Amino acid sequence: MVVKVYGPITAACPQRVLACLLEVGVDFELIPVDLESGEHKRPEFLLRQPFGQVPAIEDGDFKLFESRAIIRYYAAKHAESGPNLLGSTLEEQAQVDQWLEVEAHNFNEMVYAIVLQLLILPRMGQPTDKALVQNCTEKLAKVLDVYDRRLSTSPFLAGEWFSLADLSHLPGIRYLTEEAGLGNLIRERNHVNSWWITISSRLAWKKVMQLLN
Amino acid sequence: MKVHGIPMSTAAMRVFATLHEKDLDFEFVPINMAAGEHKSPAFLSLNPFGQVPAFEDGDLKLFESRAITQYISHTHADKGNQLIYSDPKKMAILSVWMEVEAHHFESASLPLAYELVIKPMFGQATDPADVEANEAKLAKVLDVYEARLAESKYLGGDSFTLADLHHLPNLSYLMESKVKKLFTSRPHVSAWCDDILGRPAWSKVLAMRK
Repeated sequence: MVVKVYGPITAACPQRVLACLLEVGVDFELIPVDLESGEHKRPEFLLRQPFGQVPAIEDGDFKLFESRAIIRYYAAKHAESGPNLLGSTLEEQAQVDQWLEVEAHNFNEMVYAIVLQLLILPRMGQPTDKALVQNCTEKLAKVLDVYDRRLSTSPFLAGEWFSLADLSHLPGIRYLTEEAGLGNLIRERNHVNSWWITISSRLAWKKVMQLLN
Repeated sequence: MKVHGIPMSTAAMRVFATLHEKDLDFEFVPINMAAGEHKSPAFLSLNPFGQVPAFEDGDLKLFESRAITQYISHTHADKGNQLIYSDPKKMAILSVWMEVEAHHFESASLPLAYELVIKPMFGQATDPADVEANEAKLAKVLDVYEARLAESKYLGGDSFTLADLHHLPNLSYLMESKVKKLFTSRPHVSAWCDDILGRPAWSKVLAMRK
């Protein structure tokens, strides 16, 4: 059964889900959702995702939304057959959860605010709040300092192996480096930079990039 | 198990609620935030972001309240109240609503709790524009909750789970404020609030603030 993923390939959260599905070897069909025409706010879509956001998935009768819930489900489902993205012990799983929470709260909040100001609002003909971008960039720099210290002690965020915690960062860091002109935040931090090169070289992420381009 | 934090921190309360629901013994280690203890090297070794709570279970050190609550719920699944599901699909649905709390509810409710309840405690002035914007955001989120709770007794499924529990700290603060009406005016949301705020474990968390 092919998993249907509703959302545009250009958006971060669908990219997060596709990266995971590709890592664990689950076939999917990407069904584009036209954000510009407001398709995600129409009644038919709100039935799939009541907050009017992408992505939503449909796996036979089973439906889910929230990208981080979706990746947890598929990673757990395929933990035996594919790469273990969640950890094998309760302690390892807790470390993965910890860094997934860090991504969602400390990292993503800043990246989202920056992307909104630098990329989304201008497309809608609205002005950028430069002071806010500066403020968020400074906060993000401090967060990445913590990451750099963490990654000086282990190759991946949750420990010795690639996990959902690393995967979850892929779309956000891609935005920073390729669209927002803030790649220096990554390059200036040795361990963060090595980590980014390693995780973005994974075959699954390269396939997501191929779909994007 | 040790929890480092303060009783009034919403994130710390999330962890205390979980421990009380499961009747687990733990040591509460108060952190003097007014004196900046959460930014001290000792604390930063527990949470490099300098935020409360931090948690220790033997050699395991964790931070991020929602990672801690999940660790406790999985590790002590056999104790006290069941807060997660073992069935993968049921657990996935529970995860959806944990994410909803973490992103949609938290982003509107935490600034409101801060502006309307916490700032006044410290004699600081409320920002009315901030309150208005977040009130509107929260109202939209609660509309979705109203629809969800019309078809499901609890947010994550048919029993009380972490998906509901994670809301308690912010919810409890907002019920002390003028935005209480956002909750009481929506029948299913109102009934759900009464239900979860009335749980004995939550009363124990509130007692820690005295």
